[in-house]
Amino acid sequence: MSAATLSRRGFISASLLAGGGLLFDLNVPVARAADGTPVILTAFIRILPDNRVVIGAKNAEIGQGAKTMLPMMIAEELGVDWSQVTIEQTHADAKIFGGQSAGGSRTTPREWLPTRQAGAAARAMLVAAAAQGWGVAPETLKTSAGKVIDPKSGKSATYASLAAVAAKLPAPDPATLKLTDSADFRIIGQSVGGVDTPAIVAGKPLFGIDFKLPNMLYAVLETCPAFGGTMKSANLDAVKALPGVAHVLTIKGDGTPESGFEGVAILSKSWWSANQAREALKIDWDVSAVSGFSTESYASQAAAKRKGKADADIVRTGDVDAAFASAVKTVTADYDYPFLAHGTLEPQNCTALFKDGAVEIWAPTQNPESGRALVAKALNLPPEKIRINFTRIGGGFGRRLMNDYMVQAASIAAQLPGVPVKLLWTRQQDIQRDFYRPAGWHGFRAALDKGGKLTAFHDHFVTFGKDGKPVRSAEMPASELPVGLIDNVLLEQSFLATNMPTGWLRAPGSNALGFVTQAFLDEVAQAAGKDLPTLMLDLFSDPKALPRGPNQPPFVTARAKGVIEKAIAMGDWANRKTLPKGSGKGFAFYYSHMGYFAEVVEVAIVDGVPKVKTVWVAGDVGSQIINPINALHQAQGSVIEGLGQALAGQQITQVAGAVEQANYDTHPYLRINDAPQIIVEFVKTDYPPTGLGEPALPPVIPALVNAIYAATGKRIRTLPVTAEMLA
Amino acid sequence: MAISFTVNGQKRQVDGDSAKPLLWVLREDLDMVGTKFGCGAGLCGACTVHVGGEAVRSCQTPLGDVAGKAITTIEGVQAGDAGKRIAAAWVKHDVPQCGYCQAGQIMSATALLATTPKPSDEEIDAAMMGNLCRCSTYVRIRAAIKDAAGIKDMQA
Ligand code: FES
Ligand code: FES
Repeated sequence: MSAATLSRRGFISASLLAGGGLLFDLNVPVARAADGTPVILTAFIRILPDNRVVIGAKNAEIGQGAKTMLPMMIAEELGVDWSQVTIEQTHADAKIFGGQSAGGSRTTPREWLPTRQAGAAARAMLVAAAAQGWGVAPETLKTSAGKVIDPKSGKSATYASLAAVAAKLPAPDPATLKLTDSADFRIIGQSVGGVDTPAIVAGKPLFGIDFKLPNMLYAVLETCPAFGGTMKSANLDAVKALPGVAHVLTIKGDGTPESGFEGVAILSKSWWSANQAREALKIDWDVSAVSGFSTESYASQAAAKRKGKADADIVRTGDVDAAFASAVKTVTADYDYPFLAHGTLEPQNCTALFKDGAVEIWAPTQNPESGRALVAKALNLPPEKIRINFTRIGGGFGRRLMNDYMVQAASIAAQLPGVPVKLLWTRQQDIQRDFYRPAGWHGFRAALDKGGKLTAFHDHFVTFGKDGKPVRSAEMPASELPVGLIDNVLLEQSFLATNMPTGWLRAPGSNALGFVTQAFLDEVAQAAGKDLPTLMLDLFSDPKALPRGPNQPPFVTARAKGVIEKAIAMGDWANRKTLPKGSGKGFAFYYSHMGYFAEVVEVAIVDGVPKVKTVWVAGDVGSQIINPINALHQAQGSVIEGLGQALAGQQITQVAGAVEQANYDTHPYLRINDAPQIIVEFVKTDYPPTGLGEPALPPVIPALVNAIYAATGKRIRTLPVTAEMLA
Repeated sequence: MAISFTVNGQKRQVDGDSAKPLLWVLREDLDMVGTKFGCGAGLCGACTVHVGGEAVRSCQTPLGDVAGKAITTIEGVQAGDAGKRIAAAWVKHDVPQCGYCQAGQIMSATALLATTPKPSDEEIDAAMMGNLCRCSTYVRIRAAIKDAAGIKDMQA
């Protein structure tokens, strides 16, 4: 996260607005920057003359609910009613707003304190203004619905009427402000619908694809189907001559997927016409350097690697060899999973206007600052010559943490100064030019003693790497459980080369590691004569706080136990054996993105196909669910997305360096008829709230395959699940 | 060739390639961008509109096919009773997540209620299966349809 570093206390200012009203510019330090310097987060609040309140929403909105939740936190501390508030999306600028990315479920933990402090600081200045006017002590005053009230005299003043005085007052130190006690929350903890929901339902233009400028041209872009292929020649002149085609031009890229590969752009007043013209485009690609990459060759290389000596240790504790030598029982199993695309329903797009040596961008991006850096490099512009505006985003899931489409749009626009350009990909391009969740292969071994206790754990992970390091999102953390819970653990890795760009898919790493580790431990539990919840509760029986990465709270075993006990009670785990033949329940626990989740899945095999009936979800994300309705929606979405990864037939395969799948028929997602009943409960614990975009996803996949085992006796060790695996 | 039809009750005339899909006619020629592009292949339902009251995929409907027809889009669907009830239920249940699929979902759901005032679960599935929601808002879509239809849902 890049952010401005200002003084230790940040600064807060209030100034009068032209035409009346008050603008608060609130810069509040987040007290936990890695190097000790304060990271400053900025918010703005405008009090309008009619006492309505405008609150800036500064984060990218991908459907995770930040645009609603952050203003809720400000409104709570400001002492206004939610019905008085309008939300305004800010533009993207880390120098002003601090972290604005949407990823890693990081928004809630990052913003919980400073965002409320910002609201409280503004409230304190308004209260001070009233206290001054009435000649009373500020502590004796209350606020309600945008008014300061003196309970003693019965006097009240609207915030708007206090603007002129408040604007002249010194700002408080946010660290000294007393925040609202959770028992007194009026907005936090209430279910608040998405601020854009009415506009979405009315079909208003909100998304990147909807944004238009006068005289804008649409661009389609053709790049090499095989990642890393280079252009030998193209019939640019023939395409230029087609009716409706305004320009045909090439963009170079810098050879990295992050900056977008080289290609040919066709521009027209109509995107449809430009895309029609693309059919006449003939490009001769040189794919010789990358045509050897294929799913088949990965599989055979991985099988060989998994049997051999690993390339490198991830973590090694205790004496694993001795533990296996003295084991009473050893369990081994191989697991694997495929590459996956993101398939955001809004295809990648970006609008750019290059003028007078500067570029303005309107982008559905989850991560604007990395886009700014890449555009600056590609166009050789200073970063301050790049303005990035947020649009609403038609699905992120991590795809839009990458900004290749932004660099491409800017590179096209730079060749047409003064002409606004909207680049829009086709669905086929979107599926075939992704940053994929990497495939992976695991060779597991577990040792049990005569009491059925897990004494050693070994995973040889075959993943994709370069220069002895895993590629993006292909790593396994050295803290992966059961590290820290048992003495003897060996996690090691071997690397395959690939030309596939890889990236973060919702619950990155965890969406795959959750599946393999919890499904394998279900096998271990069975071999030990117990069930997985019992095995996990045994592992978590000692109260421990295991350290995690920088800026991350430790993993607390008591919190894990709490959600496991909750989930098995919710899912009536004790009576699971009473289900009819062909039905079964499975369980899994996983910790990711600071969230503890345990889930129980009930599945029935109907005509040879697994049908999920109910999913019970118990989660611990700390002391407070900020917006309960959105929390429920995030959990529901995570569960169905995870089930889809296992059951919908999703996998990206590669032949001769290029992706085979092209649309939602070959890379499918679950539909309404496959959506199960989902019951979600949160276990509240005394820890600061953390995010919910991701952690409910990982456990549902192993809970599902464990349920399939309970229903059929068949172990699913490869995703996606196919009918043959159950036959 | 000039082709005439109505959109949300208003007469429109478009002079263009009769093969151009209605989706792009709406978005580009008529500046109505509520109807969304998701797959361009009839696979996602994001582009769903009503032609003559029936839910169709506008990415698969050439301009030439809608001559003389009455088209309803998300921008106008609330003018009808079913559309109004569906839209209200969508807000009440806060159905959207990213929101990108929702125009298509609402158009499919409205067409369903217009012909089937009290749909069963199977009828809801059949009418809505063509509409992908990548954010998986299905639980609420089902609940909102039932609410709009006045069906008590024990699970919602
Ligand atoms: S865009 Fe028409 S069905 Fe997907
Ligand atoms: S709400 Fe995002 S695709 Fe449906």
